[in-house]
Amino acid sequence: MRATPELPDAGGPAIVAAGIRKDYGDRAVLRGVDLTVGWGEIAVLFGANGAGKTTLLRILAGLTRADAGTTHIAGRPMHRRGHRARRLVGFAGHQTMLYSDLTCRENLAFYARLYGIRYAGRRIEEVLAQANLSDRANRRVRTLSHGMQKRLAMARAVLHEPAALLLDEPESGLDAESVAALGRFLRDWAASGRAALLTTHSAEVGLAWADRSLMLAGGRIESDVAVSDGDRAEGGWYNEPV
Amino acid sequence: MELLRGALTVAWKDVRLELRSREVIASALVFGLIVVVVFNFGLNRAPGSLAPVAPGLLWVAYAFIGVLAMNRAFTRELEHGGLDGLLLAPISRDAVFLGKMLGSLAFMLVIEAILLPVFAVMLDLPTLSPALGLVILLATVGFATVGTFFAGIAVQTRSREILLPVLFFPVVVPVIIAAVEASALALQGGPMTAVWTRWAPLLLVFDALYLVICPWIFGFVFEG
Repeated sequence: MRATPELPDAGGPAIVAAGIRKDYGDRAVLRGVDLTVGWGEIAVLFGANGAGKTTLLRILAGLTRADAGTTHIAGRPMHRRGHRARRLVGFAGHQTMLYSDLTCRENLAFYARLYGIRYAGRRIEEVLAQANLSDRANRRVRTLSHGMQKRLAMARAVLHEPAALLLDEPESGLDAESVAALGRFLRDWAASGRAALLTTHSAEVGLAWADRSLMLAGGRIESDVAVSDGDRAEGGWYNEPV
Repeated sequence: MELLRGALTVAWKDVRLELRSREVIASALVFGLIVVVVFNFGLNRAPGSLAPVAPGLLWVAYAFIGVLAMNRAFTRELEHGGLDGLLLAPISRDAVFLGKMLGSLAFMLVIEAILLPVFAVMLDLPTLSPALGLVILLATVGFATVGTFFAGIAVQTRSREILLPVLFFPVVVPVIIAAVEASALALQGGPMTAVWTRWAPLLLVFDALYLVICPWIFGFVFEG
């Protein structure tokens, strides 16, 4: 893991959502969500299908507009839509955001240019190695398996070394070895002082990785509890190589 | 500078993707050839008598090809969430718009350049002049700007293939009219005064208007 780059406004929480409301037509999906994720913390968001987990992550990432409420990443107001603040967020959702006809390296180089990353070549090799894709760097994305594409999507999300990482079901489609590697990566991520908020349907995975567990139900955060070592032990094998 | 860097990055990515897949240019070229052949046989005119209608046919064909190319250029962004990737990046929405527009402009100019000699033969175009080249360039900038804007909107809907032409054609009518009139003058090979003093400035004014309004509204539409 690289040395931690400067983290902006590290005094306040890394991720803050306050009073987030979102309606789709006459259906209220989020009814006033409040949450904070501190620096060096991994929070997992549980919730049933349609509970609004993806919507909440997209609002935090600045991809979807909330009907009410405010969001801050590293102290910067994301709800005010300043495009420079988007550099603070890394987001990996259900879609890979990759171009099938470009190679792994070309995809990362494209995003590196968009993010204005210095020493992009070196950084690209680092994230390719982290994703265990160095030997496939020059292969077109369309030739990779689904799991490899998910790993490359993670590499894209962390390429610019964001302050906060938002991951929507990151373990889906990955084999056990990749899930374990992702768990180790997230622990290193938190240890470097950055924050992560992820959603999952797997209690084992979520509890193995997270410091805090949040439950989204009825459009609100119904519970917000620290994950104990006992909880973590139940999902412990997700942190170990298989 | 930041705007230009972001726009050129997006445009170069589109060009690179097209060089790999060739799906936009290949399909648009085939479509353009079919259109010109259909016009040629459908009108069933004597050789040399297509000249009066040739500018209109040329621009109808270019407009249809433009819709096809721009629709595909934006649909590509949906396939694996590439549009989200662009919108997450720390570049302004103007840069995203401009990048997609420059990519579409490049595709259209290449397609038009390849098809123009074919049209010249099939439609008996009398003269290919630099003035015609300028008219094509100015009109294509207008097409690409409006087309990119509406393709960006239409691509988010289920009926994108229908919605794009429905939105696009009414707005680019002034460009099509000016392009047809200017092309007719350029193809006749006579005095170009009206091209330089009336139609080219009109195309420039519409290009400028579209280049101000379209990115501005695009920013609102894609702001979360």
